[in-house]
Amino acid sequence: MEKLNVYAVRLLPKYEAIAPGHRACQGCAEVLAVRLVGKALGRNTVVACATGCMEIISSPLPTTSWRVPWIHVAFENAAAVASGVEAGLKVLMRKGRIPKKKINILAMGGDGGTADIGLQALSGALERGHNFTYVCYDNEAYMNTGIQRSSSTPFGAATTTSPAGKVKPGQVTWKKNMPEIAVAHNIPYVATACPSYPFDLMEKVKRAAETEGPAYVHVFSVCPTGWRLTPDLAVRAGRLAVETGIFPLYEVVEGKYKLSVEIPKLRPVEDYLKIQGRFRHLTPDLIDKIQERINKDYNKLLAKIRFSEEMS
Amino acid sequence: MPKRVGMEVSIGASEAVRLANVDAIAAYPITPQTHIVEHLSEFVANGELDAEFIPVESEHSAMSVCCGTSAAGARTFTCTSSQGLALMSEIVFIASAMQLPIVMILANRSLSGPLSIWNDHTDVMLVRDCGWIQAFGENGQEIFDLTLCAFKIAEDHRVLLPFMVNMDGFILSHVIEPIEILDQETVDSFLPVYNPLYRLDPDNPVTMGAFAMPDLYTETKKAQDERLKASLPVIEEIWEEYGKLTGRTYHPVETYKAEGAKTLFVTMGSFGETASTAVDAMREDGEPVGLCKIRLWRPFPFQAFHEAVKGVETLIVIDRATSYGGPGGPVAAEIRSALYTLDTPPKVVDFIAGLAGRDVAPGDYKAMYHRAQEKIASGDIAGYEIYGVRD
Repeated sequence: MEKLNVYAVRLLPKYEAIAPGHRACQGCAEVLAVRLVGKALGRNTVVACATGCMEIISSPLPTTSWRVPWIHVAFENAAAVASGVEAGLKVLMRKGRIPKKKINILAMGGDGGTADIGLQALSGALERGHNFTYVCYDNEAYMNTGIQRSSSTPFGAATTTSPAGKVKPGQVTWKKNMPEIAVAHNIPYVATACPSYPFDLMEKVKRAAETEGPAYVHVFSVCPTGWRLTPDLAVRAGRLAVETGIFPLYEVVEGKYKLSVEIPKLRPVEDYLKIQGRFRHLTPDLIDKIQERINKDYNKLLAKIRFSEEMS
Repeated sequence: MPKRVGMEVSIGASEAVRLANVDAIAAYPITPQTHIVEHLSEFVANGELDAEFIPVESEHSAMSVCCGTSAAGARTFTCTSSQGLALMSEIVFIASAMQLPIVMILANRSLSGPLSIWNDHTDVMLVRDCGWIQAFGENGQEIFDLTLCAFKIAEDHRVLLPFMVNMDGFILSHVIEPIEILDQETVDSFLPVYNPLYRLDPDNPVTMGAFAMPDLYTETKKAQDERLKASLPVIEEIWEEYGKLTGRTYHPVETYKAEGAKTLFVTMGSFGETASTAVDAMREDGEPVGLCKIRLWRPFPFQAFHEAVKGVETLIVIDRATSYGGPGGPVAAEIRSALYTLDTPPKVVDFIAGLAGRDVAPGDYKAMYHRAQEKIASGDIAGYEIYGVRD
């Protein structure tokens, strides 16, 4: 799995942790990411899932899409439930009650379940150092309840609770930088990923699972329904997010930053914004404001990467 | 041979958890529960208990972690109080619906506001309908015994429900009492290693915590209700078995000097001890009073309760929580409902007393008894009276 920067279907594991027939929307890039994460982790995996789209589309009683053991308890506690699963399996292996083997513990939630209501439970789990991987599928709003804004909704995006009105241009706050919050916990592995770069995503998830201790992967998950774009543009929108620098792909391994996808010259953010209905009300000056912010944030990231290179 | 040793009740409770050889403990400190988790973390730190101690960042996460450890197949314990229970309450309801046999000691304490760390039952009444088995202990020995039994009951495949042992904060948690601690061999003969029916195992994948649409939700709730009700004979069976082992047999409803009594006090938890003393004194004065102690709050033991109050004229219920603007304290409301089907039910007089650690001494029982006579004579026994309010 070292140099998989060329797309090749036969190199993908055939294993599917999430079965077809689930109820995700057409073009949902989040469930695409879930599928890739499942392939990367394989069958020796236990999933703790937060309430949200991925829970609702995959587990209506009496059916399930999950081929791996899966537990859902509530919205804000996926990291805490995963902490318990990890601790429980560890002590049972130590006491010789279950066979000793490597089992990947995956906690997953959306941006609301991670950056808002689940932030405390996640912070606690990262601080305690449980050996697990947390994957945040960030579709930039509360999509399951009907496209309400979260702290992960980008500036200028119209949602049902940050509508574009006569005096307000949609979301008026800037997107919370969740990967940086994870980095601040001094955990051994943090990465950003996007299913539009499937092999990069899978490599990162594998690396996260192989890491001893907590790992955090923030997955940019395009939501055609909530972002008001046609389903066929979901993968394209993900690539544009990376190419415009609004969502750069990088890794932070033991505190050292590394860019995963080099973009020699960032595309103008307008290319990304203009294909989405949630940004359709933006005026040129607001687009300029967003562009300025991206340039600043991207340069800040490049400075961290340069600093990491100098230190090593 | 086991012998009685003087120790703080919290230490006795911790000893029960250690002897149960729990696999995982997740807890967040809150007064007056702290001594239990302190002792347990010491056991783990000293290698006297091989368990994962997960010092979580909130009670919400404590119960969430417990769901995770229990679902993984580990014997799981936690302990909280008051605001902690309120914070974790969301997950408390889910734990029972997911049939996770978690054992929790609740060091009963009043809920804010105003803030109070002292003892009453407002916290447990918040989660009355959470679907857990809920029992009350009266003294240190009972807390030790009930905690050990709780694991066996909760993990029984006929039950598979979480179990809450209620222990009055400070009144029990912080006092030193003589407690008989069983030896490990005896405990092991009584309490086998936890054998989960389902667990999160990659070789046998299961989905836990699926959601229900309206076409199935009612059926899941019916099943949950049946399961909790069906736990009653198992609870009685296991308490009986424990009695054969130790000489201490517990019952869902217990009485004291009820024979020939026209009036019974009804209490839950540590008030039973003071009430017994009060009954002794009042009996000496020739008053026909006795005591009915409800040990098992959920599932409510209707039949045993009916038998306990048969032929009694008056029940004086001491509630330790309020249902503001409601029909009475939660215990009295429950009891009035339980008596409704009887042809000649006893009269129920409800006092709300002992809130936030306010002392209720033997003399207070006597005063409540006389006040109850007045109320009955005046014909007004509806609702409730908050006892001992300062003018």
